[in-house]
Amino acid sequence: MFSSVGLTMTNMLQTTHLSKSFSYKQGGLSRMAGKLGLPAKEQQKVHAVSDVSLSVESGEVLGLVGESGCGKSTVGRMIAGLLPATSGSLSFNGQDITRPSVETHLNIQMVFQNPYASLNPRQRIDRVISEAAVYHGLVEKGQASAFVASLLSQVGLDPSYASRYPHQFSGGQRQRIAIARALALDPKFVVCDEAVSALDVSVQAQILNLFMDLRESKGLTYLFISHNLAVVEYIADRVAIMYLGRIVELADTRSVFTRPNHPYTQALIADAPRLNAKVVEHRPIQGELPSPLNPPTGCAFHPRCPRAMARCTTERPSLVELEDGHWSACHLNDAVNSHPLTFQEMQ
Amino acid sequence: MALLEVNDLVTEFHTEDGVARALDNVSFTLERGKVLGIVGESGSGKSVTAFSLMNLIDPPGRVASGEILFDGEELRGASVQRWSELRGTRMAMVFQDPMMSLNPVMKIGSQLAETVSIHTKATRAEVDERVFQALKRVGIPAPRERMKSYPHELSGGMRQRVAIANAIINNPDLIIADEPTTALDVTIQAQILYEMQNLARESGTALIWITHDISVVKDLADDLCVMYAGRIVERGPVDEVIADPQHPYTRGLIDSLPHAENHGRRLYSIPGATPPLLALPAGCSFAPRCTRAGRICKQIPPVVTDGRREHRCFHPLG
Repeated sequence: MFSSVGLTMTNMLQTTHLSKSFSYKQGGLSRMAGKLGLPAKEQQKVHAVSDVSLSVESGEVLGLVGESGCGKSTVGRMIAGLLPATSGSLSFNGQDITRPSVETHLNIQMVFQNPYASLNPRQRIDRVISEAAVYHGLVEKGQASAFVASLLSQVGLDPSYASRYPHQFSGGQRQRIAIARALALDPKFVVCDEAVSALDVSVQAQILNLFMDLRESKGLTYLFISHNLAVVEYIADRVAIMYLGRIVELADTRSVFTRPNHPYTQALIADAPRLNAKVVEHRPIQGELPSPLNPPTGCAFHPRCPRAMARCTTERPSLVELEDGHWSACHLNDAVNSHPLTFQEMQ
Repeated sequence: MALLEVNDLVTEFHTEDGVARALDNVSFTLERGKVLGIVGESGSGKSVTAFSLMNLIDPPGRVASGEILFDGEELRGASVQRWSELRGTRMAMVFQDPMMSLNPVMKIGSQLAETVSIHTKATRAEVDERVFQALKRVGIPAPRERMKSYPHELSGGMRQRVAIANAIINNPDLIIADEPTTALDVTIQAQILYEMQNLARESGTALIWITHDISVVKDLADDLCVMYAGRIVERGPVDEVIADPQHPYTRGLIDSLPHAENHGRRLYSIPGATPPLLALPAGCSFAPRCTRAGRICKQIPPVVTDGRREHRCFHPLG
């Protein structure tokens, strides 16, 4: 029932070589040392996101998956205009939005993980929901209460709740309020950053259903960021896997989950606990995510990769299209004189 | 004799608005070397169960009635001294946040050494060796070097391993783990689950593993308890409960999980919301959300058991 038939698929959002680095502010001593020409600590930079090129088609749900610190939230925040990119560009419906501007970014809204932190506890929820719309002149002040009532009913809450405060609601209800706040600006594109991760299983199902209903009724497009593979497999049309700031694999959901190409994706899928999977004695992938302050040379995954070769330690693999729409960044794919291994051969 | 036998445990919290019964007649048994999974949503009483078993309930809460038989000994009402003899040696706990059990200003090695030397007389060298072995068993690379680290120098996964090492170091008979992998990444969670499975198998330690995610305990646990609003609504061998749940709540919980097969279709969602503990419906607390509920559900359903599986439902499935 959530099919996207009838929607024309065009590139709605495009990121091109999007990168973000954060640098430590130097302390007074090192600054002074620098001025005096003494050897000072070099300024450290964290490359949170490197060279991310993604496109999201209108009406599509793109899942963005990775472990903590892989840069998935930073990508989401750059797209939503909450963080400026260090380099690279962003476009929305063909318009360059690399420098966030009010007009374009009303179209892109965000729903956050923790509805206990994302709602102001001292604001009544009618104000929470209508404030931005009134400020941007989408709704007149006199119409605000009818506007709030209609949004509340769209997200499955009783319009009579409008005069309550956030603490009077459960976690699932608060997440509905956060969604209503995002919808108030009539966005075309919604970035969901771990939007169901803090919710109980039965509430999570309700909110996922709500996202899918809204996709249908409002023609919304989503970037769905999550560490939960089961949720992404359920909701996304295509999936991008990130590791240490870079995209390592990108394909339609079915291909990613049935024929994962990158060894990291394979490990991630094998390690995720699943209810309907067969019990197999399986030794999980070893090691941990390296520090983005001091990333490994070559392929960032090579210290943990069971199939790493000498080349992986020195040369970073680039993202290559293996077959229609299935991209992966792994040297194994061109190990045999530019003859990419088939998926069967790889496994 | 079972290692742990819990009978009709009731834990209550006194609040300004009345008495909240967080645990209502919870009963289960756990044999040596077995793993019991407890699943439930927030407020179902799974953590209160763990805290009650370890005598960690603080006022205004109290364990109001029931029995906790640990190796045949009644622990409810045991003295403070008796509890400190047991905790850390024969029973231990692992929390969701490892920093709850790690001291931020003490080196890892000294913390673990303290756990040993407080309970046993041993030479410095013996203690060091035990710390080393414990860290090695939980899969910490280069344990000798790590003993000199402070907790903040370790990643979240490594800290949780240290907390687990601290729990197993005195070879306890029982470890209670409360959402120990919930805050960890998928690959780190898989590593810890794998190591815990081996630990339980090798050492004969009984394990209670509390989680909100039923798929985490699927391969780890022998038995599964499903909790709802302070009661165990279903209990049995984990595979049977998952494959063929008897309580409508268990069925709903499993059906709510997203996966590939229901891609693009509406997920099942249990109607309504979890009732607050201060305003629980009379009788079966799940009845107002249950499609099978009838008039009889206004009464509290008794525990129905066939010796292998048990449930509390007047209209069970299957």
